[in-house]
Amino acid sequence: MSAALQVDAAGRLRHFLDVEGLKRQQLVEIMDTAESFAGVADRSVKKVPLLRGMTVVNLFFEPSTRTRTTFELAAKRLSADVLNLNVSTSATTKGESLLDTLRNLEAMHADMFVVRHAASGAAHFVARHAAPHVGVINAGDGCHAHPTQAMLDMFTIRRVKGEFTPLTVAIVGDILHSRVARSQIHALNTLGVRSVRVIAPKTLLPPRVEQLGVEVHHDIAAGVRDADVIITLRLQRERMDGRLLPSKHEYFQRYGLTEAALASARADAIVMHPGPINRGVELDSGTADGPRSVILQQVTHGIAIRMAVISMVMASHTGAAAS
Amino acid sequence: MSAALDADALLEQLATGLGQWLAACRRPDPVMVGIHTGGAWIAERLHPRLGFREPLGRLDINFYRDDFTRIGLHPQVRPTRLPFEIDGRHIVLVDDILHTGRTVRAALNELFDYGRPASVALAVLIDRGGRELPIAAAVAGTTLALPPEHHVKLTGPEPLALAYVERGGGREGERP
Amino acid sequence: MSRWRITGGRVIDPAAGVDRITDLYLADGLVVALDTAPDGFEAERELDVTGQVVCPGLVDLSACLREPGHEHKASIASEAAAAAASGVTTLCCPPDTDPVIDTPAVADLITHRAAGVGLVRVHPLGALTQGLGGERLSEMAALKAAGCAGVTNLLHPIRDTQLLRHALAYAATFDLTVFLHPDEPWLRASGCVHEGEVSARLGLTGIPAVAETIGVARDLALVAHTGVRAHFCRLSTAAAVRLVAAARAEGLPVTADVSAHQLHLTEIDVSDYDSLCHVLPPLRTQRDRDALRAAVADGTVDAICSDHQPHEAEAKLAPLAETEPGISALETLLPLALRLVDDGLLDLPTALARLTCGPAAVLGGTAGTLHPGRAADICIFAPDRPWQVDPARLRSRGRNTPFAGWEFAPRVTHTLLGGELVFRLDAPA
Repeated sequence: MSAALQVDAAGRLRHFLDVEGLKRQQLVEIMDTAESFAGVADRSVKKVPLLRGMTVVNLFFEPSTRTRTTFELAAKRLSADVLNLNVSTSATTKGESLLDTLRNLEAMHADMFVVRHAASGAAHFVARHAAPHVGVINAGDGCHAHPTQAMLDMFTIRRVKGEFTPLTVAIVGDILHSRVARSQIHALNTLGVRSVRVIAPKTLLPPRVEQLGVEVHHDIAAGVRDADVIITLRLQRERMDGRLLPSKHEYFQRYGLTEAALASARADAIVMHPGPINRGVELDSGTADGPRSVILQQVTHGIAIRMAVISMVMASHTGAAAS
Repeated sequence: MSAALDADALLEQLATGLGQWLAACRRPDPVMVGIHTGGAWIAERLHPRLGFREPLGRLDINFYRDDFTRIGLHPQVRPTRLPFEIDGRHIVLVDDILHTGRTVRAALNELFDYGRPASVALAVLIDRGGRELPIAAAVAGTTLALPPEHHVKLTGPEPLALAYVERGGGREGERP
Repeated sequence: MSRWRITGGRVIDPAAGVDRITDLYLADGLVVALDTAPDGFEAERELDVTGQVVCPGLVDLSACLREPGHEHKASIASEAAAAAASGVTTLCCPPDTDPVIDTPAVADLITHRAAGVGLVRVHPLGALTQGLGGERLSEMAALKAAGCAGVTNLLHPIRDTQLLRHALAYAATFDLTVFLHPDEPWLRASGCVHEGEVSARLGLTGIPAVAETIGVARDLALVAHTGVRAHFCRLSTAAAVRLVAAARAEGLPVTADVSAHQLHLTEIDVSDYDSLCHVLPPLRTQRDRDALRAAVADGTVDAICSDHQPHEAEAKLAPLAETEPGISALETLLPLALRLVDDGLLDLPTALARLTCGPAAVLGGTAGTLHPGRAADICIFAPDRPWQVDPARLRSRGRNTPFAGWEFAPRVTHTLLGGELVFRLDAPA
């Protein structure tokens, strides 16, 4: 669906909107490029001059400090100029349409938009209507996709585990509302893991979720049995209000990651979380800070992955490529 | 022509020349840095013969090239590894073919992002002329004057071999 | 009001069981004869339509005219012209204007303006509740007197079932037909597409089919209880069709329509967030579409309507969930309906029945037939005159059609309203 929009005739990444539709080799290329950027953070001058003169606009219609700052850091480490636009939703309902905002920014010679929006499909919309020389990166659209998060998760798994094919990966939590989960599921299946499991109560699963290529579990012990990787998703406060779940207490009892809950997982299993974590809801402190957790590594990898994606998308719009 | 392009022979000449230069240069405790990929192959052979105290450094100039806007990005995992401080050091930068000088320019920019060296000297296997920037090698295995359509390419790492290529213009993506 | 002789066409009048190549005679705005001219008839105007089909002017149970209140989207004048170009001679406009059609004044405004434009007969539908708010009954007697063909609350919810029951009973008092849009508002919530595989993949909030099923079930029970004459609008699910068919089999005289686009598009068409496919009720699954097509073929569904909703460009230029639903649909009504004939689902007279006498029966008037003595509202189309849908060349002000680029063979060539030629395809500009 989005493959035609994201990838140009030469197979380059024109936009990065969605993991769905990309081939395994493209995902590997993103991770390899991130690997080459990973060392930049250890230098005294944490910059490379690759994108000097280019302007990256962070167009965030949903508030987010973490994702925005990592994109900002990533762009600055590539020596690009960064413009941050935080548009509160109340402003947009009364003010400028998304399309008008876009046109105004293009008039200011933006080369790239990093878009986060509450509406699923917003990044696709921006990519469809952006000027041809502009690249669009999806920083999260509604419940649909969060491709950079999924890629940094894959990068983390690759660094720790090496091969994808023998892995059993379990994703616990609110799959229904999670753009992270959808992108992770596509990435894991494209990279050819042995199996992807989702673990959640029925109220937190999308209709026909098996069609996404997952095994469904409602019991955490069964779901994590012999798993190599357990990813737990953030539970939003509004989901705990009694309509989808009775209480965060019961959620933690049945789906929280604790040593007891993870007893049936493999001894060398790793625990991941896209952050920010809710201790006592998704997992307990013992697990969050324990030897299995790679949560902090995920955060570092976020910058390298975003540097990779920003430079790959910029590259496809440059000189000889943009004909 | 092929006799003149015997990589091992040129390497010998370069090693000899560089050894003499180091002995005379009055730059104490220098370090060696090879530019990926060809320069690193050359440096790997030179380094153990010339008594450097520190291990060999390797530089990938992928992110410092001046032609990114023309040719885009090549994802290659050959990261820069400099196992020593740059500040105040005398550096011997090694590359395989010196042509326009742009690769060395990128390498210098990258080195200076790591620190402020006391000096940088350039050693190359072949200086083939055609400079577009004010860059010069302190030591070269040999100097050739090649017409613009003619290129020399080093292949390796084992065996190291030089190929002489006649082609119109540089191939896109080839380091000049 | 000229005297016309229309010759050589295949005259199809499903209401009268007519389907033959013959001539038609009009005078004083009425059909006066079929086959042979009345004694002493002298035609003032002749129309040779050899090779074409002559049928009653199409009756469209729902087409938004956007006046009063939404003139930035379209006007009575522009949409009446689009209707005439589509072979539609009678249409109902829904009450969601601004102000809502809950007073005779608004109904009068619309009918008078439409009469002034003179290109199509407009029967407004009145609001079932004041302001469509679902809390107070509207003055239905007055609305009927002002010419409303029925009353409806569209998709605006009436959460209080007691109120809905009273509204239906009140409408029945004045012999008004209630046009029901089956829905369960809590389940529909903020959904914008069908809840299913596509919505799960796209991360869009979906409307489960069960919302329509529950709505139909509740409404059928209240219709039976109150005895009101009811018409179910824009069915979209196989389950709803089954419920309606079962109710009719048990003797409940309800009627039903589907919108033309639901007979062709499915949830797959939303797969790339195409806001032109954002409609309510949403495009459903292939199984639902097939069930709707079968229901049209076997008569469980009496009418195909356009559900015409013209929009300005901005209304569709945003991420899908933030766009307004609706298709500019008048000009594709006839060709989409006739596609079912090409697909072998039903024959041409039956397809035309769903566009003429079927909807006319729901309105209870005299439209939808070429019987002598009836108004000369006539649609003439060439069955094989290929054309391609080009949004820029639509006559409607709304360019929002997902059928851009589709090729159709049937094309309306002439439309007569009360014996006046209100549309001619090859007319000089």
